Amino acid sequence: MSATATTDERLLRTSPLRRLLGRPELGSVVGALAVFVFFAFAADSFLRAASLSTVLYASSTIGIMAVPVALLMIGGEFDLSAGVLVTSSALISSMFSYQMTANVWVGVGVSLLATLAIGAFNGFMLSRTRLPSFIITLGTFLMLTGMNLGFTKLISGTVSTKTIADMEGFPSARDVFASTLTVGGIDFKITILWWFALVAVASWILLRTRAGNWIFAVGGNKDAARAVGVPVTATKIGLYMGVAFGAWIAGQHLLFSYDVVQSGEGVGNELIYIIAAVIGGCLITGGYGSAVGSAVGAFIFGMTSKGIVFAEWNPDWFKFFLGAMLLLATLLNAWVRKRAEATK
Amino acid sequence: MTTDTATRTALVELTDVGKRYGNVRALEGVSLKVHAGEITCVLGDNGAGKSTLIKIIAGLHQHDGGTLRIEGEETRLSSPREALDRGIATVYQDLAVVPLMPVWRNFFLGSEPRKGVGPFKRMDVDFMRKTAHAELLRMGIDLRDVDQPIGTLSGGERQCVAIARAVYFGAKVLILDEPTAALGVKQSGVVLKYVAAARDEGLGVVFITHNPHHAYLVGDRFVLLRRGTMAGNHARDETTLDELTEQMAGGTDLADLRRELNRP
Repeated sequence: MSATATTDERLLRTSPLRRLLGRPELGSVVGALAVFVFFAFAADSFLRAASLSTVLYASSTIGIMAVPVALLMIGGEFDLSAGVLVTSSALISSMFSYQMTANVWVGVGVSLLATLAIGAFNGFMLSRTRLPSFIITLGTFLMLTGMNLGFTKLISGTVSTKTIADMEGFPSARDVFASTLTVGGIDFKITILWWFALVAVASWILLRTRAGNWIFAVGGNKDAARAVGVPVTATKIGLYMGVAFGAWIAGQHLLFSYDVVQSGEGVGNELIYIIAAVIGGCLITGGYGSAVGSAVGAFIFGMTSKGIVFAEWNPDWFKFFLGAMLLLATLLNAWVRKRAEATK
Repeated sequence: MTTDTATRTALVELTDVGKRYGNVRALEGVSLKVHAGEITCVLGDNGAGKSTLIKIIAGLHQHDGGTLRIEGEETRLSSPREALDRGIATVYQDLAVVPLMPVWRNFFLGSEPRKGVGPFKRMDVDFMRKTAHAELLRMGIDLRDVDQPIGTLSGGERQCVAIARAVYFGAKVLILDEPTAALGVKQSGVVLKYVAAARDEGLGVVFITHNPHHAYLVGDRFVLLRRGTMAGNHARDETTLDELTEQMAGGTDLADLRRELNRP
């Protein structure tokens, strides 16, 4: 960037290639290219524009959550409740509007507040109890899973919510969260825009703001950060609320793509978000990673899940592919990072 | 050197300070003064209470006996942030930096300069890079690239970055927690030079160590801790290196040890 500003002739020794090797996203970009080439050969329909749109859509639904989850991982924590929180957010929105016969936007607003509160609860509990985030969010995960099913059955009588399609505000909310845009004759889901916007904002925060510096610091060395005056607790609570914000967007999309929500959905997705972040170069131990990487990780997911369908294989193989990819990505990341640090 | 210190207000003054953790007495009856442009060495063996003492001055723990005065004002520090705001910077032996972060991010961590307004308020990255490079150069550390992770620097260099950071942010008191403990002879020498450089800039330095040789090289005043209590408090002209070494090892213990190890 402005490295030339620091005038030192020895800087010239750091070649652009070395700088590239030092980027956290590198491993995932190589992986994404490999997966792309693989499916381009394996499935004839993979390279069609309509397929690209499908792949991007699948990537975006994961990517919207993978971005805040990546930030949280850089900050040194996990959130196992992220998957079901999406469903909770959709349920709150839907049931509040239906029960109060209010404009759906009221439900959407209430859902935002409630979801953020759950995120804050995770962060607050973590800082207060000093238990590992694995335990805290596993607790939240189980509680939310139970509450999603329990409350839905209690209020609606079945495992899914009542339709809100005929309610006031539904069309405009659908436009915002689940519409389809046509660009050059190809249909794109609006979640792709949400996803790109989140990646841009998260990258800005991470690389250019004070909060970003704090996120790297609390994940890299919490005690050192605290000793120089970084508000560690506030940073971590903020990160959990970021995940909650992502869950709110994903949840509203889930609701407005249809008009009902299945209360059992979302279980298991938390691992997919984490895997996308790891494939994207986030260190599992915190302190290192990028938002763009998580987007590439989500894209790999999208390509794989849809590519298997295009290639007309049994979709059961998806999970196997996923596990293999995770192992490969982690190994590649470790290797690239070691090399990058050795050559500096 | 010590003639005018009696009349000047000390930057930090501890009087009869004590600290308990549950039923463990970590510190009792410790008094010391830190003056500008002077190095106060705190010497003690493992478990003597050195860490507890700095944690009190750095705001990580609160004392429960005696008084702590900062520039004459009796106070109780509630957080490291408050200590920093009052000009007390601490460089810890093991948690001085975040290894994976670039040098320039580490240098400004916790006090990032910003520009812009509202949602576009951002770190002044150009300024941060340039300043980090220039400040380190001024302290004699010539880095090739301020973008390299600070973990790639040597232990001595990392300590020096932390010291340079404290000096740059206008610390009046610099607390150094065993800065030479994990270093070799040459690296220790480098760090000691920066300790002296910080003193020459007019800072009051508290230098915690268990090495009397390092302490005597730079110290103006020596406070000895043993098992949580103060075992000695000497000005430089009142003591010698041999006396310090002897006291550190516990006087008679050392004599016994010498006899015991004396091979025929």
